[in-house]
Amino acid sequence: MIELERQRITTSPQIHKPISTAAVMWAVSACLLPAAVWGVYSFGLRALVVMLVSIAAAVLTEFGLGLVSKRFTILDGSAFLTGLLVGFNVPPAIPLYIPVIASVFAIAVVKWTFGGLGSNWMNPALAGRVFVAFSWTGPMTSWTIPRNLVDAVSSATPLSAVKSGLFTYSGDAGGPMQFLSEIGYPHSAFDGKVTDFLRSVFEPLGATIEPGYGDLFFGNIPGCIGEVSAFLLLIGTVYLFARKIITWHVPVSYLVSFGGLVWIFGGSRFGSGAFSGDVVFHLFTGGLILGAFYMATDMVTSPLTRKGLLIFGVGCGFFTFLIRFFGSFPEGVSLAIIIMNIFVPLINKYTGPKRFGVTKKGEE
Amino acid sequence: MSYVGIIITFVFVENFILTKFLGLCPFIGVSKNTESAVGMGFAVTFVTSVASLATWAIQKLILQPLGLAFLQTITFILVIAALVQLLEMVIQKISPSLYKALGIYLPLITTNCAVLGIALIAVRSNYNALESFVAGFSAGLGFLLAILLMSTIRERMNTEWVPKPLRGVPIAFITGGLMALAFMAFDKALLRNLIG
Repeated sequence: MIELERQRITTSPQIHKPISTAAVMWAVSACLLPAAVWGVYSFGLRALVVMLVSIAAAVLTEFGLGLVSKRFTILDGSAFLTGLLVGFNVPPAIPLYIPVIASVFAIAVVKWTFGGLGSNWMNPALAGRVFVAFSWTGPMTSWTIPRNLVDAVSSATPLSAVKSGLFTYSGDAGGPMQFLSEIGYPHSAFDGKVTDFLRSVFEPLGATIEPGYGDLFFGNIPGCIGEVSAFLLLIGTVYLFARKIITWHVPVSYLVSFGGLVWIFGGSRFGSGAFSGDVVFHLFTGGLILGAFYMATDMVTSPLTRKGLLIFGVGCGFFTFLIRFFGSFPEGVSLAIIIMNIFVPLINKYTGPKRFGVTKKGEE
Repeated sequence: MSYVGIIITFVFVENFILTKFLGLCPFIGVSKNTESAVGMGFAVTFVTSVASLATWAIQKLILQPLGLAFLQTITFILVIAALVQLLEMVIQKISPSLYKALGIYLPLITTNCAVLGIALIAVRSNYNALESFVAGFSAGLGFLLAILLMSTIRERMNTEWVPKPLRGVPIAFITGGLMALAFMAFDKALLRNLIG
């Protein structure tokens, strides 16, 4: 007889990977570091305090529940990463008890009750964020003006400025960037250089470039602490792709399906017909890069097969579009991902590999 | 409201399980495996569609002309009970295995508040006959969607180490709560913006 007691049987798929869970978690945390540093630079030390408090709450909760269940999992870094992502997903000026509650909810309710890391079916950090976003809507949407936008008056994020501004708007702006220029949305000095460069490249080709894309891409916009700089988040993903910690399936299918929907239908809000939506504006705002590369790709809460991953990504893209353009929230990324988390077991069920050696009725 | 609006309302925005928390008994009781969950979903869909049509007819043709609207609740319960009895006989004949899997929960549709709920909501919203039927059908579809997703999640949880005090029904309720949290994305503003 095989000595089963000395072996650990875990759930499938039992694929050998030359990288441990802990190494994955710490690697992802390290890749988030540039964006975290940018958040602290842009929003001040307060942002650092928020992130540290979120991480401490998550790790302490994991430790306390580990004492209860006699399973010590602090060192695998998953609680640290969850706490860090909670910190990334809240505004810098938030009262500190809110990220604490989000972290505790994430670790205790969303992860631990289902059996800890690997057993949770919903992304803990996002569920924690959505939980507090519904509970404390005001503080969760009060933004801080970033350092490089010194002359800014309003601290609305570009997406919320567009969404709330369009309710009462009757002008003829052709897209979100024109609209923001019209209402006097501020730009940084650095953005001027980026716009000059873009104009020198694209204007000979007949395109008009509105100012502001540089701020969106490099992160001189109000927003949650970690989501603002698409550029630094993308730099972090280079390492994740190189180590094969994440694959292209989810981010690409997510961004392509979302971008496609925005391109086709996004212009209708400005009365400019189909196939004229501003894809670039929507890709680099509202935490989409953070969500698509770091949260939708979570190994535990995304499907197992390649086909499943593609379906999952397209679903995320569709729901993000639906919520951002028609729902009551300007961003929609976190809700879209947790909605698709619900569908993951169903997707797994119907995209699994074919079983051989059984007939249709299941007889051997 | 347009028919598309009614469908979106009862499948997503006012999903009976995840927004109104009606009909939780079969939702928790029969969601342990997907086959019986889907069977239950279709059974409820059938009952809600037929019941909302039947109760509409009774309300408009009998109770209102005779001024007996105060008998609404008890009449509706009786009609629903008769319908479920019919359904039970049909299922027993067509699919004995499904009949066995559904067990006690099939007669329980009689007292399923979701069925009475959709009948009352359809009457109070002043739907016409077809609108009542569509509302009942989509409420059933919403139930089917919720119980199907719930059952796939619970099947996955079978293989996980869930803390002992939470195994079974408690973790099912926590799962349902988290699903409801995600479904809060589908709100009335979304519906209004979608269909104008």
